[in-house]
Amino acid sequence: MSSAGIVTPETHLFAEPLLLQSGASIGGYTLMYETYGKLNATKSNAVLICHALNASHHVAGVAADDPANLGWWDNMIGPGKPLDTNHFFVIGINNLGSCFGSTGPMHTNPATGKPYGADFPVVTVEDWVNAQARLADVLGITQFAAVMGGSLGGMQAMSWSMMYPERLRHCVVIASTAKLSAQNIAFNDVARQAIVSDPDFHGGDFYAHNVVPKSGLRVARMVGHITYLSNDDMAEKFGRDLKSDDYQFGFGVDFEIESYLRYQGDKFSSYFDANTYLLITKALDYFDPARKFDGDLTKSLAMTTARFLVISFTTDWRFSPERSREIVHALLSNKRKVTYAEIDAPHGHDAFLLDDARYMNLVRSYFERIKEERV
Amino acid sequence: MNFAELNRLRPDLAFIAHWIAPNSNVLDVGCGDGVMLDYLQTDKACNGYGIEISDELVLSCAQRGVQVIQQDMEQGLGLFDDRAFETVLCLSSLQMMKNVEGLLTDIARVGREAIVSFPNFAYWPHRVALLRGHMPVSKSLPYEWYDTPNLRCATIGDFTELANSVGLEVLECVALHEGRQVKVLPNLRGSLAVFRLRGKT
Repeated sequence: MSSAGIVTPETHLFAEPLLLQSGASIGGYTLMYETYGKLNATKSNAVLICHALNASHHVAGVAADDPANLGWWDNMIGPGKPLDTNHFFVIGINNLGSCFGSTGPMHTNPATGKPYGADFPVVTVEDWVNAQARLADVLGITQFAAVMGGSLGGMQAMSWSMMYPERLRHCVVIASTAKLSAQNIAFNDVARQAIVSDPDFHGGDFYAHNVVPKSGLRVARMVGHITYLSNDDMAEKFGRDLKSDDYQFGFGVDFEIESYLRYQGDKFSSYFDANTYLLITKALDYFDPARKFDGDLTKSLAMTTARFLVISFTTDWRFSPERSREIVHALLSNKRKVTYAEIDAPHGHDAFLLDDARYMNLVRSYFERIKEERV
Repeated sequence: MNFAELNRLRPDLAFIAHWIAPNSNVLDVGCGDGVMLDYLQTDKACNGYGIEISDELVLSCAQRGVQVIQQDMEQGLGLFDDRAFETVLCLSSLQMMKNVEGLLTDIARVGREAIVSFPNFAYWPHRVALLRGHMPVSKSLPYEWYDTPNLRCATIGDFTELANSVGLEVLECVALHEGRQVKVLPNLRGSLAVFRLRGKT
């Protein structure tokens, strides 16, 4: 049983259009969010959690409508957990374009009366942060004690520190990067191509055809999943283990790893939206805050005032420690307060979601210090 | 952390702390549990970072509110810009380095001044141990030869030469024993060598 207990998501409808980085805008959108703990009288104990590719606002606790649906960061957040909701008021927000409750491509476009589909505007990490800031306004939070995220969530946390420096005291960036590498983009595009070339995709308007591009989504997830695991972890979990006693001399499932990836792909394709997958991987690809500073990350972080906790995992080859060290270097050049830990965990990129005493204790200690701060 | 507390925990660090100007930017290479930076931050309003590789000690630093960068010192100080710090500390850790010369060169690059300390191999009980035919084991060198993290054995005389060769000028050199300065026969009676250095201009 999760210690955050049963949680029910809330929604807020934003009538005023949000201008997006692309120049487009989106009006009449809804954001879904969950909160844990209590906002204190001075509204100084709020922590915003930003989610990664396939996650949502459901960060901790169990969903009221599904006791099996445990929050994706439940090991991190809750009463007595490293981010202790006995002290902090924690908010999980589902991003625009997602498929977990906030307005996304499967919802009705007020302009056409039909699902957005391919017409859903391309959103960026910065757009998400602007949308999150509006929700913070609604909740009366002018300054977060911390904004925190892993992977793509870490990019949002970093963007907060650059876009709204006065609105956060701490920025916690885990297993993230200041920009995707060519290899990262390549993997994302393979995933997107798998989706768009599925005949059931119908140019993004598959809702009208009552189908889902399942096989495309499945391959997209399989490719993505490979990048979340480390080579060692895969070798240890699966090795060359076979499903049956011997080779089948066919193209079915021979190896355990094939079976595992196909299972992950099937599971994912049964609940995730294909357009959302395209949108989120594009947001990842576009993220590059140094771009408007001639590639100089140090300059892009010059406006920040938050203190940073940056964490990477040694076996993460998707966003390797080297990527985190680039962030740390830029922060150090700006003389920002920063703590950086490189956790020697075997689980690759996924390590940021898993229990590791060194990782959990460090986050716990960091938030203990935040708790003691006088605001 | 106040001075009395530091002096009780680590008298050697308390002695060295006098050399660090209030409000200065400090890098502590091999900062351990962060006790020195904790003191310098709270009592002398310094800003700084520690470098530490051990998970356990990184955690101690975080618990103290010391900004720590987890990395192997052997990788050098590439994360830090030239002349980024008024003072770079490297206290009781240089002797554990494989690449002593490289690290010292990097220390000279990122700091205007440096303070380096290491166990003095020429301390008299060490000499006695060697005369008796054994590697020294003492309070300042508390390990057996086969399990020591200390890769380098140096004396006060030896270090000056290396410092000069990497472009550091010795401003002060003292020998300490149990946190107190040894003025008479320092290379014989001091268990810890402490150098205050400045980049040659």
